Amino acid sequence: MAEIDTSLPIHAHSEVRHHFDTADQQFESSTLGMWVFLLTEIMFFGGMFGSYTVYRNLYPDAFASTSHFMNVTLGGINTAVLICSSLTMVLAVHAAQLGSKRKLILFLVLTLLLGCVFLAIKYVEYHEKWVDHHIPGPGFHYADSRYAHQAQILFFLYFAMTGMHALHMIVGAGLITTLIVMASRNRFTEHWFTPVEMIGLYWHFVDIVWIFLFPLLYLIGHTK
Amino acid sequence: MSTTFEPPRVEERPNYLNVDYGWKSWLFTTDHKRIALLYLFSITAFFVIGGSFAVGMRLNLLRPEGLFEADTYNKLFTMHGIIMVFFFLVPSIPAVLGNFLIPIMIGARDLAFPRINLLSWYIYVVGGIFAVLAAFEGGVDTGWTFYAPFSTTYSNTHVILTAMGVFVAGFSSILTGLNFIVTIHKMRAPGMTWGRLPLFVWSHYATAIIQVLGTPVIAITLVLLALERLLHAGIFDPNVGGDPILFQHLFWFYSHPAVYIMILPGMGVISELIPCFSRKVIFGYNFIAFSSVAIAVIGFLVWGHHLFVAGQSMYASTVFSLLSFLVAVPSAIKVFNWTATMYRGSISYETPMLYAFGFIGLFTIGGLTGLVLATMALDVHLTDTYFVIAHFHYVMVGGMVMAYLGGIHFWFPKISGRMYPEGWAKFAALVVFVGFNLTFFPQFLLGYLGMPRRYHAYAPEFQILNVMSSAGASILGVGYLLPMIYLAWAWRKGPKAPQNPWGAKGLEWEQSPTPPPTYNFETPPVVTEPAYNYAEEAHVG
Amino acid sequence: MGTLSLFPPRASTTAGDVDALYTFVISVSVIMTVLIFACVFIFAIRYRRRSEAERPKPIHGSILLEIAWSAIPFAIMLVMFAWGTRLYYENYTPPANTLDLYVTGKQWMWKVQYPGGQREINELHVPTGRAVKLTMASEDVIHSFYIPAFRVKHDVVPGQYETLWFQPTTPGRYHIFCAEYCGTGHASMGGWVTVMDPAAYETWLSGGASTGSMQQQGETLFQQYGCATCHALDKKGRGPSLRNVFGHAVSLEDGRTVTADEAYVRESIVNPNTKIVAGYKRDVMPVFQGQISEESLLQLIVYIKSLSNPAAKGSPQ
Repeated sequence: MAEIDTSLPIHAHSEVRHHFDTADQQFESSTLGMWVFLLTEIMFFGGMFGSYTVYRNLYPDAFASTSHFMNVTLGGINTAVLICSSLTMVLAVHAAQLGSKRKLILFLVLTLLLGCVFLAIKYVEYHEKWVDHHIPGPGFHYADSRYAHQAQILFFLYFAMTGMHALHMIVGAGLITTLIVMASRNRFTEHWFTPVEMIGLYWHFVDIVWIFLFPLLYLIGHTK
Repeated sequence: MSTTFEPPRVEERPNYLNVDYGWKSWLFTTDHKRIALLYLFSITAFFVIGGSFAVGMRLNLLRPEGLFEADTYNKLFTMHGIIMVFFFLVPSIPAVLGNFLIPIMIGARDLAFPRINLLSWYIYVVGGIFAVLAAFEGGVDTGWTFYAPFSTTYSNTHVILTAMGVFVAGFSSILTGLNFIVTIHKMRAPGMTWGRLPLFVWSHYATAIIQVLGTPVIAITLVLLALERLLHAGIFDPNVGGDPILFQHLFWFYSHPAVYIMILPGMGVISELIPCFSRKVIFGYNFIAFSSVAIAVIGFLVWGHHLFVAGQSMYASTVFSLLSFLVAVPSAIKVFNWTATMYRGSISYETPMLYAFGFIGLFTIGGLTGLVLATMALDVHLTDTYFVIAHFHYVMVGGMVMAYLGGIHFWFPKISGRMYPEGWAKFAALVVFVGFNLTFFPQFLLGYLGMPRRYHAYAPEFQILNVMSSAGASILGVGYLLPMIYLAWAWRKGPKAPQNPWGAKGLEWEQSPTPPPTYNFETPPVVTEPAYNYAEEAHVG
Repeated sequence: MGTLSLFPPRASTTAGDVDALYTFVISVSVIMTVLIFACVFIFAIRYRRRSEAERPKPIHGSILLEIAWSAIPFAIMLVMFAWGTRLYYENYTPPANTLDLYVTGKQWMWKVQYPGGQREINELHVPTGRAVKLTMASEDVIHSFYIPAFRVKHDVVPGQYETLWFQPTTPGRYHIFCAEYCGTGHASMGGWVTVMDPAAYETWLSGGASTGSMQQQGETLFQQYGCATCHALDKKGRGPSLRNVFGHAVSLEDGRTVTADEAYVRESIVNPNTKIVAGYKRDVMPVFQGQISEESLLQLIVYIKSLSNPAAKGSPQ
């Protein structure tokens, strides 16, 4: 956690909102609030992870068949991209702690770029699926007719899980953009940079969801 | 010559109501007290809508052959359930009384996140608009439980629109819960330890845990439902390898804890009313506090009791049955502790206390009939019958709604600065109690006799009890209309309330003016005594 | 059935047991309710406020009381739990040698098939003195088969078979209700079960069916759909012989062993590649999903059951 020296005078009193007594209290509240929110996100994704577990256990052969179509290379690159983006995010928070506006903006921009790379690669993957007619719905077609129905369910869950994750990434990208704008307008000082820290937490969470998704969807039981 | 003598204008002390006027000051407020009133207004509107659907249902059930068409009736009971559960009961006490009181009770100036609080209200309204829009467009007929594959493949009604309305409203609930958790952890005044918190606050803390952990699961369930309806990928469709029972597990994983969202705040209100009107410290404070948390935790482990006849393994059912009995124990503990509080107290009979009496009686009946349903062999006969309907209306309406009304009356002076007419209020409480029992007690009998639920027409031998129930409903309706009228009247025309009309303990009565100023306190409070310290006279400064 | 009776008629062996358990739980509930009501009422009057100056002595709590009024109710609840679970297990587990009938639910009617080939819609005829087992399928949404007079109910879920058993005791006509909301006609999806003396039942049965028995109909389907081509009865063909399969263990190619019950047979017809018998190939048997109605599937199952030795489960008639 960041070490804020609240013994120093608060430069901008408006930074402590009227219903809080101290900057400490405000910061701790924001932090607890963000952690509680991330808990709700775990439960949200949990429903899909649960459904995925059920169907994977019910149809192991269909799963093995569909896993052939998961692009491990692209997924692997995306994993590296996201981990790097978490690194740049941490560096951004560190820059904020030091009050370095230039570095803060730099690392936020890098994080945003890496996030966009992730989304672009995701788009490529989804496009692949579209070409293969693996997007659930009226256009769905699975070559191996033995598993046609189960495959549609499994792809449905694939798109639900990765799609929900991508949606969270897009929101995260929007939030980081907001941070960049705020930083360039000198809103952050080494005494107050709470939004950077909170959105950093959010970004790490979205990263962790992917760390779970990648092995579950791409690696385990993958057949060539 | 006579001069018209004008009494000197007494400057009304600035409070949260008169500090600013105009629609912008309300719709853009971040004051938790004004937001509570915004919720009061919208929740009451939804109660009226959901209640009118109930009127339609009970009218239809006067005759065995029914009155409306089957489809119409099916839409009525579906929308009655959806509106009452998601747009009335779940928000009710937390969004109105919790929002208003929690900061004051703990000695804070507002909730931790006032702007998120306002956002919660807007999200709730948007969700509600979706649901009402769906109703205007022809309604939805899946039952509030949305079971697949009927909801995914067979229903021709506005399932997705309604589901999205509930989905959106769910986020309002999540954000309120989040706000309460952070507020209670971080914003307590000096001296307000966890052990001195009013039990109203403890119960909302437990409720918030459920809101935060459970609601996301119904959110994703509804998303999957909507996607399935659009894409027909088959996740719940047995014809293509999907499992309709998976939907039931996902649905009830939230919806069972949800019923504890719909009772814990009511229990919190009762824990405030009984000590005040017995003028005595609550008996078993620690046990009541921990019972709230225990109910929240164990409540997540019992959802399978909705699947006893659905094809669930009998071993799983056994575990769920045992846990369902276990979750009854903390509720029983509370009822006993409230009763013990009255022992050797000094009891007065103002309206809030009458509602508290009603709660204890009716919640006891509702809770005990829950035990009947937890007994597996009995549930086989009783599930999906009117017995279940009677059970949950006893706890949710006989329990929660009576607690809500009791709380509204108790804190009305604090919220409005005026007194309501006690005579009318007592009369209305009596009408509600009589009307409620006449409506719902016959339904226990109907259930054991075998009348299934969600029937627009029924076997003729069930008519007498149905007519009784409908008659009761008309009385109950009057009972609910009365407070809407006299409270609205009292808001403008009621006599000014003294600072502490009930001689109650608690920061909201003793240290916050009536009605409170925007920041709740004139000087920041410091807490030096335990909760419910009725052995000492209440401060009426 | 008086107009103000509290109980539906008792027409099965378990109805009395269920009512007894219910009476126990309700009695405990009534006692508890009366106790609470009485305490509240008595305290409210006895300790009513007589003067504004009253300041009752604080009583903070009593660990002993808390333990007592937690443990005692919980102990009573354990009795309810144990009794209810035991009765549930009995009611959930059909005995051997049941009379097997087959029920298909669809929006919005119940179709009953008898082994002898009789069919009924929204009517069920059963004899007293014998355990009857219903195997139930749904053609569309989830329904629930409910006979209040027997105190039995089970959801009927599409894609699965559910079973329900009872032993009727008292001749008469009793309600059948659908108890899981299933759309427009949910309330009209009911019917009647007629319980008859065994002699009267035989007479009714001999009224007979215009078609053959379920077994015969199943055999016809077996030929019609080409099953006999691969599933020769007494020699190994492209598919396993079905002689003595039903009711016995089956070894699958993935190493698992399953019991060939109704659900297994249905799945083997509708989605054969999910479970392949050891030693046979996948993708040989056609997939019959959506091509054979639930009623026909039941007839096929009755036929396949008949291919097992009489010692195996579920002899028809």
